[in-house]
Amino acid sequence: MGRFLVRRILQGLLVMWLVTIAAFCLFFIDPSGPMSVARRIGGRQATTQQLHRIIHDLGLNQPLYKQYWHFLWGAPGRPGLLQGGLGRDYYFGEPVTHILYQAAPITFSLAIGASVLWLAMGLASGILSAVRPRSFLDRFFTTIALFFYSMPTFVLGLLLLLIFYFDFTTKLHLAWFPAAGYVAFSHNPWEWVHHLILPWMTLAVVSAAAYTRLSRSSMLDVLGEDYIRTARAKGLTERRVVLRHGLRAALTPIVTQFGIDLAVLIGGAIVTEQVFSMQGLGFEAVQAINNQDLPVILGIVIVASAAVVIANIVVDIIYAVLDPRVRLN
Amino acid sequence: MALLEVEDLRVSFATPDGQLDAVRGLSFTVESGKTLGIVGESGSGKSVSTQAIMGLVRGARISGSALFDGNDLLTMDSEALRKIRGAEIGMIFQDPLSSLHPYYRVGWQIIEMIRAHDSSIAKDTARTRAVELLRLVGIPQAENRVDDFPHQFSGGMRQRAMIAMAMALNPKLLIADEPTTALDVTVQAQVLEVMKRLQEEFGTAIIMITHDLGVIAEVADDVVVMYAGAVMEEGARDTIFYDAHHPYAEGLLLSLPGYGTRERLVPIAGQPPSLISLPEGCPFRPRCPYAFDRCTETPPLLDVGDKDDHGSACWLPADRKARAGMRHQPATKRPVAKRAAKK
Ligand SMILES: Nc1ncnc2c1ncn2[C@@H]1O[C@H](COP(=O)(O)OP(=O)(O)O)[C@@H](O)[C@H]1O
Ligand code: SF4
Ligand SMILES: [Mg+2]
Repeated sequence: MGRFLVRRILQGLLVMWLVTIAAFCLFFIDPSGPMSVARRIGGRQATTQQLHRIIHDLGLNQPLYKQYWHFLWGAPGRPGLLQGGLGRDYYFGEPVTHILYQAAPITFSLAIGASVLWLAMGLASGILSAVRPRSFLDRFFTTIALFFYSMPTFVLGLLLLLIFYFDFTTKLHLAWFPAAGYVAFSHNPWEWVHHLILPWMTLAVVSAAAYTRLSRSSMLDVLGEDYIRTARAKGLTERRVVLRHGLRAALTPIVTQFGIDLAVLIGGAIVTEQVFSMQGLGFEAVQAINNQDLPVILGIVIVASAAVVIANIVVDIIYAVLDPRVRLN
Repeated sequence: MALLEVEDLRVSFATPDGQLDAVRGLSFTVESGKTLGIVGESGSGKSVSTQAIMGLVRGARISGSALFDGNDLLTMDSEALRKIRGAEIGMIFQDPLSSLHPYYRVGWQIIEMIRAHDSSIAKDTARTRAVELLRLVGIPQAENRVDDFPHQFSGGMRQRAMIAMAMALNPKLLIADEPTTALDVTVQAQVLEVMKRLQEEFGTAIIMITHDLGVIAEVADDVVVMYAGAVMEEGARDTIFYDAHHPYAEGLLLSLPGYGTRERLVPIAGQPPSLISLPEGCPFRPRCPYAFDRCTETPPLLDVGDKDDHGSACWLPADRKARAGMRHQPATKRPVAKRAAKK
């Protein structure tokens, strides 16, 4: 188990290193010279004078290996990645990390709540379907899942807004749901939930559909196993057979998928954040792309990759905790 | 009254190709403390029939009756049946690795069994009992191995653990479905030994399901020979081994290594029939070296021989000599030497 962990973490570090090389190559190498790199970094409105300043500040005419070292470790007065620095955003004139620090909690809140919701909905409906395959309930969940699975996120988001914000407020005069915005949990936990309910539902319902299908098939496989027959032959209650013996084994592929999906979400729930005007990482990413604001894009790419890599390691650890055959080998 | 009386059991599945009749009017009885051997080739319905009795077959049409201590297992409500499962009827299966839950410790699984039927038993009492049971089935250092996971056990130890679990509540009946098939020959003998010892100690009745007549010879008191979901022949063990009547039973005996002389090692030619729309007549007819015109009519289980518990579903005369004359070719048609030369 210890060796397995160390190996996985080393692999993760290797992947992260490759990501930094790829990102560096994409952003800092340009055959037409440092001037066009500077223009990319400086944004659309930068003057020639500013561009020269950028070239000088970032050392863009130094050899590439030195530039990479500066990017990775940093130069005097300019911390690199390993020191937690992501460079300066010339568009807004502040460090990229500032922008990310403000955006990240919003996206995290969105991701955590939505994923808990979708996991609960997906698991519950998937298990109920698998316990009685081809029953009315099974067909019902299958249909619902298919419906939401094929529904684009923005359509669902706008629909929820239309019904729960617009119709409720204007027609029923029930101002139950706010249309937009975000309130920090530390500021007011109730308002935090209040503002997040609709975005959570949007993300959760769309993803739960996939989890309904996944947990149904995983559970169906497991319920056909010999050890389930043994559990029944022991005279356990059906509830215990399904939950203690079935779900325990069916969880493994679901957890794996969950880790990856959560990580991808942490890179930014672009559509949902747009629809509900929440300034999370996805919102910032879109804005940065519109402004051709490369330092921010670079920062988000690095953060998102780190999230995926870390999630993969965590998933492997959970996998090992769940399955003694992995843990004890 | 017999411990278990199964009467006209029928189990069929709806398949895309039509209705599959896996068990077609099966009847047998198990006496308290005795061992009934059910033998037949793979696919003859041994597992389906016993699992149907225990309510472990899903999505099948089941009819008939199975009186256990006078109560019909097939019609009682599921909660009553659940209480019998494990507590009064234990089961072990062919593949002990896949039959134990891979994620739970062996001891935990035995403790769960004990407490499922009496939650007032304290956890550590149940644990002590689990260690005791593991020791009883011959697991060395049971007090340490009780915390192992199934994958840390050898094949033979896993099956011993299954036996320990099935015997935990001292059931009246143990259904063993091919318990030795997945094991090495030496381990097979040890596992059978353990079962026999426990049976003597606790007076448990056993249904021993196998396709191996060697196992039957070891442990059975009475034997049921099954083919295509029905009984072909039944009788006391010695009757079946020394005075078999049914050509299918004879075929099984001839394919048994070490039975009779060496040259007689002949597998039964042909394949078992499809159980979807099986035609009228003796199901063994296409493979039977004795088949004659009457065999297009389905034979009931007829009394044969001088033992009154000896029955055979075959139209052949009871007299051995008269029967022998009706065989199309001699039983020793393909001696071993000739077969070896062909290779
Ligand atoms: N769930 C099922 N659906 C359809 N057919 C089945 C099912 N289970 C068993 N069968 C069929 O029933 C027949 C008897 O199977 P089984 O009892 O497992 O045989 P045995 O244990 O004697 O080898 C086989 O032909 C098998 O294919
Ligand atoms: S009834 Fe006929 S076909 Fe069937 S076993 Fe007897 S002789 Fe063979
Ligand atoms: Mg079987």
